Amino acid sequence: MISQLLDRLNKYIDPFLMGCIAFSCIVGLFVLYSASGGSVDRVLSQVFNICVALIMMWLAANISPHYLERIALPLFVLGLLLLMGVALFGEVSHGARRWLNLGVGRIQPSELMKIAVPMMLAWYFSKREQSLRWMDYAVATFLLALPVGLIMKQPDLGTALIVTVAGFYVLFLAGLSWKILVGGGLSIAVMTPIFWSMLHNYQRKRIEILFDPFQDPLGAGYHTIQASIALGSGGFAGKGWLEGTQSQLDFLPERTTDFIFAVFGEEFGFLGNVLLLILFMLLIGRGLVISSKAQNTFTRLLAGSITLTFFTYVFVNMGMVSGVLPVVGVPLPFLSYGGTSLVTILLGFGILMSIHNHKTLMSTS
Amino acid sequence: MRTRFEVKNHSLEQFQYGLRLNVAIGLILICFAVLLGRFFYLQIFKYDYFQTLAENNRVSLVPVVPNRGLILDRNGVTLAHNFFVYTLEITPSKAGNVEETVARISQFIEVSAEDRKRFKKLRAQSHSFESVPIRTHLNEVEAAKFAANRYQFPGVEIRSRLFRHYPLGNLGVHMIGYIGRINEADVKVLEKTEDLSNYKGSDHIGKGGIEQYYERQLHGTTGFQQVEIDADGQAVRVLSSTPPIPGDNLVLSIDAKMQDIAEKAFENHRGAMVAINPKNGEILSYVSMPTFDPNLFVDGIDADTWKALNQSLDKPLINRPIRGIYPPGSTFKPFVAMAGLQEGKRLPPFSIGDPGFYTLGGSAHQYRDWKPGGHGQVDIQKAITVSCDTFFYGLALDLGIDKLTSFVSNFGFGKKTGVDLVGEIGGLLPTPDWKMRRWKQKWYPGETVIVGIGQGYTLVTPMQLAQATAVLANNGVAMKPHLVTSVQKHNGAETHMTAIIKSHEMLLEPNNIELVKAGMVGVTQPGGTAGSIGAGSSYNIAAKTGTAQVVGIKQGAKYNAGSIDERHRDHALFIAYAPAEDPKIAVAVIVENGGHGGSTAGPIARKVMDYYLLGKVPSIHLKDPSKTPETPLVGDAPHD
Repeated sequence: MISQLLDRLNKYIDPFLMGCIAFSCIVGLFVLYSASGGSVDRVLSQVFNICVALIMMWLAANISPHYLERIALPLFVLGLLLLMGVALFGEVSHGARRWLNLGVGRIQPSELMKIAVPMMLAWYFSKREQSLRWMDYAVATFLLALPVGLIMKQPDLGTALIVTVAGFYVLFLAGLSWKILVGGGLSIAVMTPIFWSMLHNYQRKRIEILFDPFQDPLGAGYHTIQASIALGSGGFAGKGWLEGTQSQLDFLPERTTDFIFAVFGEEFGFLGNVLLLILFMLLIGRGLVISSKAQNTFTRLLAGSITLTFFTYVFVNMGMVSGVLPVVGVPLPFLSYGGTSLVTILLGFGILMSIHNHKTLMSTS
Repeated sequence: MRTRFEVKNHSLEQFQYGLRLNVAIGLILICFAVLLGRFFYLQIFKYDYFQTLAENNRVSLVPVVPNRGLILDRNGVTLAHNFFVYTLEITPSKAGNVEETVARISQFIEVSAEDRKRFKKLRAQSHSFESVPIRTHLNEVEAAKFAANRYQFPGVEIRSRLFRHYPLGNLGVHMIGYIGRINEADVKVLEKTEDLSNYKGSDHIGKGGIEQYYERQLHGTTGFQQVEIDADGQAVRVLSSTPPIPGDNLVLSIDAKMQDIAEKAFENHRGAMVAINPKNGEILSYVSMPTFDPNLFVDGIDADTWKALNQSLDKPLINRPIRGIYPPGSTFKPFVAMAGLQEGKRLPPFSIGDPGFYTLGGSAHQYRDWKPGGHGQVDIQKAITVSCDTFFYGLALDLGIDKLTSFVSNFGFGKKTGVDLVGEIGGLLPTPDWKMRRWKQKWYPGETVIVGIGQGYTLVTPMQLAQATAVLANNGVAMKPHLVTSVQKHNGAETHMTAIIKSHEMLLEPNNIELVKAGMVGVTQPGGTAGSIGAGSSYNIAAKTGTAQVVGIKQGAKYNAGSIDERHRDHALFIAYAPAEDPKIAVAVIVENGGHGGSTAGPIARKVMDYYLLGKVPSIHLKDPSKTPETPLVGDAPHD
């Protein structure tokens, strides 16, 4: 009876992904405990976040990709409307207009777009796959630019970046011509100065300091320098759990959220970092396998985009903490404290599981 | 232009997709390789560098300032000690707008105009990361009031600092000295002596007097704490510590009560007095008048008070006993007499008939005796007792300037006495060589004549005069003068006594000593120039009066004290030792513009000797110097 129930519950759960996710979450809780200075409240709150996210993942895994395909367009339209709502009626906090109060609670519609945009584009390309024209890429680009523009306006550079790459990965995997890719790359180079002029001062500063954080060691460069010191002083094997001086003595800013990787790297060293990279590579590898085995264009593109987006989270966060990328607000999956991004990420993994485990169903239909 | 690509079949599409996926995998691997390379660079290659940075972040070496040694009088009365005082301090680099911060602080705690001025001055002298006191001596109510509102004032904190305090205020300030904030000149000296590292965390250093001369002993050895600090710079825990070694306590040969009697005896006069125990060189009193309050300097003196002290006509900042130079006047005569006797020039029964003046052969210029008409028949003993100028004019010429100065230099004239104070100057014993070097002029016999009565170029410090008197009293044996009799290690375990050093010994004929001493005893007896000083004394006093001209008097003119400006009046000098038969104390007193030595300087010496030899306290009201003159500071705990 019980085993039957468990089987039913686990029917669509991918054991490999689930194992990696569970392990990552546990590692994340230990690091959070250390980073928060031993705050049990913080850890319990994150446990709650993980539970919510796992439920969302389970739900997504149990939804058939066909259903996802059907709701792709409405979800995208809803997301766009909510983003416009944010632009018009959104709540401002910390100088950015990101939140929308729906009466029952506050939501961050930009987060929804991390899933809705790749779904929408994957749906679009799957509809057009018999007669793909260059016009379709233009339309797809427009569909991508719309939400990204709205998110940039909030401003939320990190989310805009994630949504952009999520959409771009769909275009790329759908076979966007190399000529256009190269041409696009060139035009980005041309557009950079214009983009630069649109950035907020603090964002510009972040990019400038990237190239030389010691320019402003006590100001904008402080985050990067202290994070580098934390990582570097961790050495090969790390200082040990709860023993990181940079983290325990408050030298690391935002150490439970965006910079939690510095805490991890200081306490577990190079060895820990390599193991963490391997863990993330296993998740990414599994995602790519699922994508390559997917049976139609929609699921293939969606799975590929979700996996590559997850990679982007990891690379951008570790890159910014270790000082090879500018500081943009991208959390590290499973380690950074916070519920919203965790829900989005696990929702993505739920979709991957759904795509993988509903295969047989789809091929027969 | 590519308008469309058709996907012919499933496998081609999968092939296309697989190609894209492989490109993506390639990019992922490259990106992860970049991260791995970065981790290797930071954590393996540059580990030592970042490890050091992390340690520097975390560990701060905090100096622990040692308690400064105490200064005590010979009976254990405290002359200088330390208090813990609450100060309110601002670190400009952390405080943002400093002016605005000060303005807001003054809403909670009174900040006077002097406080602001001092803060401004100190701030200009220090780095922006150093904390500078805006208020000192906070009482407990003020400290609590601020502590409750501390969150409003980043970069402002209450600190507990050790403050030097001189409980007896002005008493003996020139001898004790004071401490002041370390300035650039002090830093240079500390660098030279390689003591700078021992002053990490120290704000103050001895300035003048014992505080400066014994700085090394008083300061102690700075300790260090390795403290783990958090990002706000707050100490989290102490990793290791080397405790400071407190400075040594100094015991002076001074008696605070006697010092008080001596200073009060000067009343409103300017001048100096030094009393020495001739047998061991211990200084018993060391007076420089007027005085000032050393406590003014501890907090950092405000500009107006400093200006007033510095520009005062009375020159209170001058350390007169070692830096004031005066013509010795007639107090020089016993030493000249000793020269004459030792050189065999005026041995009894030699005497002169004094007409009241002296002339050099071939000159009409008259060297006048102070007594018109002269002293009649005068031998060497009487010459001292009545201070016969005529006798000494002739003697000086007879000795010759070189012989005279070289002999009296054995008493310590013309060179530093070596007393344990900073800044002593050596006075002047003139010689023809000196005059040629200094003025490029030859020496005239007339100049030799007036050296005989302590005038002319001859200059002495009160310290020299007291020491010379002590040497004479001790029959030519010079003991090194000193103020500090013992140096005690802070825990009292070890006491280092200052060595009693015989610095010089003159071989004097006992008969000659007898003659000079008898002449000096006569001075305080009826008929002597200071007969009143000996009146009613239960012990015999040997003394010599002196008067030093401040303004030259024209030939034939008469000195009239009442008719000239007070500051142009003669200086009054008085040297003495007692009891005459077995000298225990030798004294030199100078009262600036005091007129005749016997009448203004003599009584001061008498009061000091009466107290020292008989324990007699003058009838005028004396405050008890062992009591702190001020009410104790609120919130202060006496410390060490």
